Amino acid sequence: MFGYVLITLIALSLAGFVLGRQRALAAVSGTAANLHSLPNYHGYFIAAWVGVPALVLVLVWLLFQGSVIDVLLMRSLPADKIAGLSQSELALLISEVKSVAGGAIFGTPAAHVVEAAERYNAWQSIARWAMAAAAIALALVAMLIARARIAKDFRARQGVEHVMDGLMIFCSAIAILTTLGIVTSLAIEAYRFFQLVSPLQFFFGLNWEPQIAIRADQVTAGGAFGAIPVYVGTLLIAFIAMAVATPIGLLSAIYLTEYASPKVRAVVKPLLEILAGIPTVVYGFFAVLVVAPAMRNFGQAIGFDIAPNSALAAGGVMGIMLIPFISSLSDDAIAAVPQSLRDGSYGLGATKSETIISVLLPAALPGIMGGILLAVSRAIGETMIVVMAAGIIASLTLNPFEPVTTVTVQIVTLLIGDTEFDNPKTLAAFALGLVLFLVTLCLNVIALRIVQKYREQYD
Amino acid sequence: MNDATGSVNAGIPLSAEEMSKIAPGLAHDIKIKSSDVEVHYGDKQALFDVNLDIPANQVIALIGPSGCGKSTYMRCLNRMNDTIDIARVTGTIEIDGVDIYQKKIDVVELRARVGMVFQKPNPFPKSIFENVAYGPKIHGLAASKSDMEEIVVESLTKAGLFDEVKDRLEAPGTGLSGGQQQRLCIARAIATKPEVILMDEPCSALDPIATAKIEELIDELKQNYTIVIVTHSMQQAARVSQMTAFFHLGYLVEVGETDQIFTNPQDKRTQDYITGRFG
Ligand SMILES: Nc1ncnc2c1ncn2[C@@H]1O[C@H](COP(=O)(O)OP(=O)(O)OP(=O)(O)O)[C@@H](O)[C@H]1O
Ligand SMILES: [Mg+2]
Repeated sequence: MFGYVLITLIALSLAGFVLGRQRALAAVSGTAANLHSLPNYHGYFIAAWVGVPALVLVLVWLLFQGSVIDVLLMRSLPADKIAGLSQSELALLISEVKSVAGGAIFGTPAAHVVEAAERYNAWQSIARWAMAAAAIALALVAMLIARARIAKDFRARQGVEHVMDGLMIFCSAIAILTTLGIVTSLAIEAYRFFQLVSPLQFFFGLNWEPQIAIRADQVTAGGAFGAIPVYVGTLLIAFIAMAVATPIGLLSAIYLTEYASPKVRAVVKPLLEILAGIPTVVYGFFAVLVVAPAMRNFGQAIGFDIAPNSALAAGGVMGIMLIPFISSLSDDAIAAVPQSLRDGSYGLGATKSETIISVLLPAALPGIMGGILLAVSRAIGETMIVVMAAGIIASLTLNPFEPVTTVTVQIVTLLIGDTEFDNPKTLAAFALGLVLFLVTLCLNVIALRIVQKYREQYD
Repeated sequence: MNDATGSVNAGIPLSAEEMSKIAPGLAHDIKIKSSDVEVHYGDKQALFDVNLDIPANQVIALIGPSGCGKSTYMRCLNRMNDTIDIARVTGTIEIDGVDIYQKKIDVVELRARVGMVFQKPNPFPKSIFENVAYGPKIHGLAASKSDMEEIVVESLTKAGLFDEVKDRLEAPGTGLSGGQQQRLCIARAIATKPEVILMDEPCSALDPIATAKIEELIDELKQNYTIVIVTHSMQQAARVSQMTAFFHLGYLVEVGETDQIFTNPQDKRTQDYITGRFG
């Protein structure tokens, strides 16, 4: 049904376009030059009036149709059948009705369920037809209204401009609303978590053992939600990754802008950027199968015990992954420093490296900082490499040769397997996620600020 | 006149003017001698067969229509053309009798001896103080912090900027007005105490008062330095220079004493240019 409605609306819009053109031309008896706006703009104007409001109506309708029918369904169930049912049992009943309505019948459903299913189907089809009727009626009415406005001096061009404005605002609103939605859902679940576990324990506890019994017969530890080991692990790995990525990325950017010949640059720059395109799971393989064993052998050779899962292996490989973030942004920043500054420095008798250190890097610093902060955000949010190479045990340590775990890894492990959304084990994931989100948000804001400041500098 | 170590302040018995009174035209040693200088940018030739001797302790003005190769010639004198990949310089340029394009020449040291003020002001995004201190710092000219302060203040004063910025030496040099930035760049260039100063249109962004100050400075500097200045202002060339060289389409058309060039040019093109008939 939705498909048919959509096709009808598009057809009506096209008709509106043709109508608008014709009417506009008729208004000036065929001399387009006498119109305020070109005939096409009149066409677009009517087409927009026909299509947009009807389409919005259809979308809103579809958004609410399900829940409205659910409420009606609930109301219509016989009171004695739903008395004393809990929320989740009620939800179960509703979905049983729906599956019966869809024709999937297991065993013999109760009579009131079958009745409800029939009602449900009837309402569904009424709703569909009503939607189609409403949308087409709206489109036609809009077409009449818009058509009436077309005249010689009508500013259809500005009208179309407003429609374009609206379209763009709508698109950016989608992005913003999605972000808001994510934050709210995170915040709500995190709030529920903090009602079960005190924030004090979460933020200051040194022990992270979230495995608690879900069923009575399970044997687990008591469940401890001190997030400090997790955050320390995250910071340790991010630190190692940045210690690898920053110098290598920065120095390769300097090499590419200041030393490499255009030919070398044309080859090396894309090669470096390929690093950013490798899936992180592949980096994970690399860390587990190549780097970790190599480090372990090396450790054994010098009589040093390195765990098979270690922060160093994960952080080091993650650092390689981050190189292109830093090198690419720094490269742009250094290349954007005006040639006249280089000339000024060379003209005073500075060498190349003096020029780079005392003039280019300070001038490009904001851009470089932007790249570094972006890389830090990535390092904190990275999951796959850590799961594969650093393990999932939350030990509180700063030793890079020990296994550690990170926030994102814990979130994944908390949400895998038996989950139930009213116990602290599952909800803890949301608290972790919220804090992570806030941290990366702050970093991004700082990065944006710095990049902005840098843009203003040479204008 | 200058010994090889570059200590330029020592042992000058007479000022340039006194010298020229005693022996006009012959008074000056040749500081820079260019023979058969040609410059190509890729396939395009920008300078043709330039032979020009620049006397020490004088001001020589390079004039000529836009694009005739004045900046290009000037950039040959401190090998700034080396920083342009496609630029190729042939011929010889000798400073104090030493070919500056031979292999063993240390370009960095050469540029310390031949300072340059660029056509467009290009202060570093650092504080005013650090801008001026940049050259002395990399060449180790100041033994102590107070030495450095002295150099900075002296250079800023000579460039006629000190009074305007003395309260904000820590403010960024890029925050100055265009004319102030240009004077900052002049201060920066003289802070390294070069023997030769190349100035590419140093006054193009300046008001008449600042221009007068710079011209005064040039006059004063020529006691100790050799100065090459590019200018589009005939009056300025006449006011500050003793020698004038006229370039046209990459050729050095005519060179001579400024008075002679302006009152009695030998070449038709020179005459047309200085009387404003083209360019
Ligand atoms: N970096 C460069 N690459 C290619 N060609 C160049 C470059 N710099 C200068 N040229 C060319 O060399 C010629 C001489 O330029 P130059 O800058 O020396 O002129 P100019 O006499 O200084 O002019 P103006 O008075 O406008 O500063 C011009 O034709 C110019 O296009
Ligand atoms: Mg020039």
